[in-house]
Amino acid sequence: MAALKYTDQHEWVAVEGDVATVGITDYAQGQLGDVVFVELPEEGKAFAIGDQAAVVESVKAAAEVYAPISGEIVEVNEALNDKPELVNEDATGDGWFFKIQIDDESELDSLMDAKEYKEFVKGLE
Amino acid sequence: MRYLPLTDEDRRAMLATIGVGRIEELYRGVPKAALLDKPVDLPNHAGEIEVERRIGTYARRNLGASSAPFFLGAGNYFHHVPASVDHLIQRSEYLTSYTPYQPEISQGTLQALFEFQTQVALITGMEIANASMYDGATACAEAALMACRVTRRDRVALSGGLHPHYRDVTATGARFMNLDIVALPADARGTEDARVAIDDDTACVIVQNPDVFGRVRDYSSLAAACHAKGALLVIVVNEIVSLGAVMSPGDMGADIVAAEGQSLGNPMSFGGPHVGLFAVREKFLRQMPGRLCGETVDADGKRGWVLTLSTREQHIRREKATSNICTNSGLCALAFTIHLTLLGEAGFTRLAEVNHAKASNLAKTLAGLKGVELLNDTFFNEFALRLPKNATDAVEELAARGILAGVPGARLFPKERDLENLLLVTATEMTTDEDMERLAKGLAEVLK
Amino acid sequence: MTIRFTTTGNRGLDLEEKLIFEQDKAGRTAVDLPEPGSHENRLGPARRKKPIGLPGLSEPQVVRHYVRMSRNNYAIDAGIYPLGSCTMKHNPRLNEKMARMPGLADLHPLQPQSSVQGAFALMNELAHWLMTLTGMPAVALSPAAGAHGELTGLMTIRAALEARGDARKVVLVAESAHGTNPASAHMCGYEVESIPGDERGRVDLMALKERLGPDVAAFMITNPNTCGLFEDDIAEISAAVHDAGGFVYCDGANFNAIVGRVRPGDLGVDAMHLNLHKTFSTPHGGGGPGAGPVVLSDALAAFAPLPFVVKDGETFRLVETEDESDSHPYGRMKGFHGQFGVFVRALSYMMSMGADGLRQASGDAVLNANYLRERLQNALSLSYPGPCMHEVLFDDRFLADTGISTLDFAKAMIDEGVHPMTMYFPLVVHGAFLIEPTETESRASLDQLADLMLGLVAKAKAKEVEFFKASPTLTPRRRLDETRAARSPVLRWTPPAPKLAAE
Repeated sequence: MAALKYTDQHEWVAVEGDVATVGITDYAQGQLGDVVFVELPEEGKAFAIGDQAAVVESVKAAAEVYAPISGEIVEVNEALNDKPELVNEDATGDGWFFKIQIDDESELDSLMDAKEYKEFVKGLE
Repeated sequence: MRYLPLTDEDRRAMLATIGVGRIEELYRGVPKAALLDKPVDLPNHAGEIEVERRIGTYARRNLGASSAPFFLGAGNYFHHVPASVDHLIQRSEYLTSYTPYQPEISQGTLQALFEFQTQVALITGMEIANASMYDGATACAEAALMACRVTRRDRVALSGGLHPHYRDVTATGARFMNLDIVALPADARGTEDARVAIDDDTACVIVQNPDVFGRVRDYSSLAAACHAKGALLVIVVNEIVSLGAVMSPGDMGADIVAAEGQSLGNPMSFGGPHVGLFAVREKFLRQMPGRLCGETVDADGKRGWVLTLSTREQHIRREKATSNICTNSGLCALAFTIHLTLLGEAGFTRLAEVNHAKASNLAKTLAGLKGVELLNDTFFNEFALRLPKNATDAVEELAARGILAGVPGARLFPKERDLENLLLVTATEMTTDEDMERLAKGLAEVLK
Repeated sequence: MTIRFTTTGNRGLDLEEKLIFEQDKAGRTAVDLPEPGSHENRLGPARRKKPIGLPGLSEPQVVRHYVRMSRNNYAIDAGIYPLGSCTMKHNPRLNEKMARMPGLADLHPLQPQSSVQGAFALMNELAHWLMTLTGMPAVALSPAAGAHGELTGLMTIRAALEARGDARKVVLVAESAHGTNPASAHMCGYEVESIPGDERGRVDLMALKERLGPDVAAFMITNPNTCGLFEDDIAEISAAVHDAGGFVYCDGANFNAIVGRVRPGDLGVDAMHLNLHKTFSTPHGGGGPGAGPVVLSDALAAFAPLPFVVKDGETFRLVETEDESDSHPYGRMKGFHGQFGVFVRALSYMMSMGADGLRQASGDAVLNANYLRERLQNALSLSYPGPCMHEVLFDDRFLADTGISTLDFAKAMIDEGVHPMTMYFPLVVHGAFLIEPTETESRASLDQLADLMLGLVAKAKAKEVEFFKASPTLTPRRRLDETRAARSPVLRWTPPAPKLAAE
């Protein structure tokens, strides 16, 4: 699997063929605190790049999760409905949010790579 | 001034610590033109004797329910509040505490709210209730907005049996959110079939039980009709004591219940403050507005309570919140829950029975008066009479005789000419036989 | 030190108390009611046929229940509540006595108007005080709370704009505003945009001017703002908003800083809500009820919602429909006429304080906050240099590298017997500590608060992390698991499932 790419809204993207898996980064889950609820998009719904696709709630905060690229949702992580803590425990693995069909591969070029994201986060702190 | 602890000596010393000469220097940032150089043109401070005298002057110009035979209802009811309620809510720890944001030092409030939420869920027959809203009318408006969020539709149908204030508050809130209101005509005869108002764009139908004319109905078939079209049924309850004798909205299939709790624990107080009750089906929990109290454990594993699911609320979600509401009706909700705890199952059902008995007997007496027609086939403690003359005039004439006879139709429905002769009459456990005799006698006289 | 365990779980005067549902005995009641007597049943087929499930207790048990629970609550009557933006001042008991007077508490809102002239006169008097103190020509009394007042003010503005054929789509909100501001704007059908603050903690005037335009209906500002600072550019701000055809909405939550000394009407404000439960001492009651009357400019007065009181000669009249007056009310905000019981309490307070007392109160409130600023600013990190108004804002920079958060600090304050200050608000600084003592705290009370906070700062600097993380330790409950409460919500008591019969 190719390396993860990142957005400046702290989403990660893992590309496999023409489908991208999306979640929030470990940094983001740490900032949020204990995740208590995730509002996932409906399968089949189409989003443009930057549209709000999901919401992740902790006890004291709620954050929008945006579609990092345009496409249609092909699968959502139902496990998060019963175990939202997966986002805290394994943000880049079992805590994934949704899988989206890639409409336009060139949109991936605008995402950050791991090194760029790390620099970006450092700049925030 | 008895509420100000600082002495002039304190002020001097504190100013010296800060390094300024006068308090006025702390207002440097205010544009000079806007700084008043002397107190505004209002009376100066007064002691308790003076304040009691002045407020008493206002009170003495009014005729209250405790001084006259009293028969008004229409969303605000004259009930007996047991002495313990008022005593308990005035305990400092309840009266002068803040919202329980620091749960470790607010378990008193939180436990009471948890019990309140449970009681509201039980009497309405619903799964979840919140920690209260401002009043029944705003709860009704919030119910409409919530139904639109849940169904993702934008049309709300309002029954002609809904209290006009509830109708107007809901319509106001809906209009500003670009929602569509369908208001059915006033249903004095009880012939409305709200199913005709349901279409594919309907988010909810809002009915009231007992309705504003006092009629008691089973809305189960309306619930089924709503659900068949993907719409929600909202049932409003104005007189919460009715739930001691009437089938619960939950059992009828309601999705949301918006109610007024004033009848328990709270004086009428000229229309406010009251307490809105809000209860929903569990699946709609995350779209529910208002505060919620939830159970949890502390670091020692002991059971305790906290405000929870706050991410629905304005202080976190801001413009994306389910509502802008920031307070609940804390002390009024406490009065409600204490009163209902005192009553218990036996007391609450008995209270409802007594109310119904009084109203039933009163209705029979008044329906026997010449020219007076009882419009209701069913009622709880409030019913509608058609008089042979203008009801507003009749009520004024009775008030002049020291009798507060009920609510004339024109007061609630000023544009409905055919409701001008309508009189809404209520009896509660506070209504005595002498009261009823005086009303019957007085009404007979003014109708001559 | 010995820790004594007890059989009951009680600890001396700290008493545990079960839920009412766990003390139920069928048939028991604490209210004696008469027999219903013979009557015809007119309930019809929708009468109740199932039990409700409410528990039965006797009066002694009920009284004991609520008394025991009450002792788990902190209260303003017990000690200081330095909550920024809440104005937790003393709640005079006289207010309670006045509100309960026969002739006030036992009035029905729909009685013939001739029978409640005293009630209308009282509302009129309250309105007079509010208009005089704010320098505004009109007031809408019906909103039930501050947030409700915000919504009312915005709806009035929208109605006024639509009446002149100039419907606009956007409301600008100061970045440091309370969450109710954008939430109210949204409920009024507006899009919300934020205007940032500058390095002085005030609204960035340039940013505001750049954004103003023909699509902006209103700018929502709090003054003094949520950082405890007076918006000194307010005259220019109001002028700029008016020049662009918009209205200035002022959140009056912080009016306690300026009551009797500054009138918002002189600052170009068009609409402002007042929190009677903040500035005017009506009790917080564990979360409500409040009241949020909205003072209005001439341009907005005509659109105020129903109902309202007018004076015809010597008689008062309640206007409940559009046809009864010349104005164009946009609708209705609540059942009946407003929080009358709260009006009585507020007026009782206003009469007690008087114009001179209210002026002294705001001065003392500002003095108290600055005194605390002076005592604390070398130990805690003051967010904005210079004097503050009635509240002072610190942030968590002083806790950097200690491993201790604002929350931990607050929980340690609880063991010292005080309610913590507002935490994490406003959002414009990190880990905010917003402290508002109010004028009803004595110097001794302020010194005690400052001393205990300085003591805790020393502990924090010494990195006594465990001490803070374990706090509070002396309260009826330790830190509660809010994550669990949100992940698995239990929002009511349910009867336990019946035990399965033994096989």
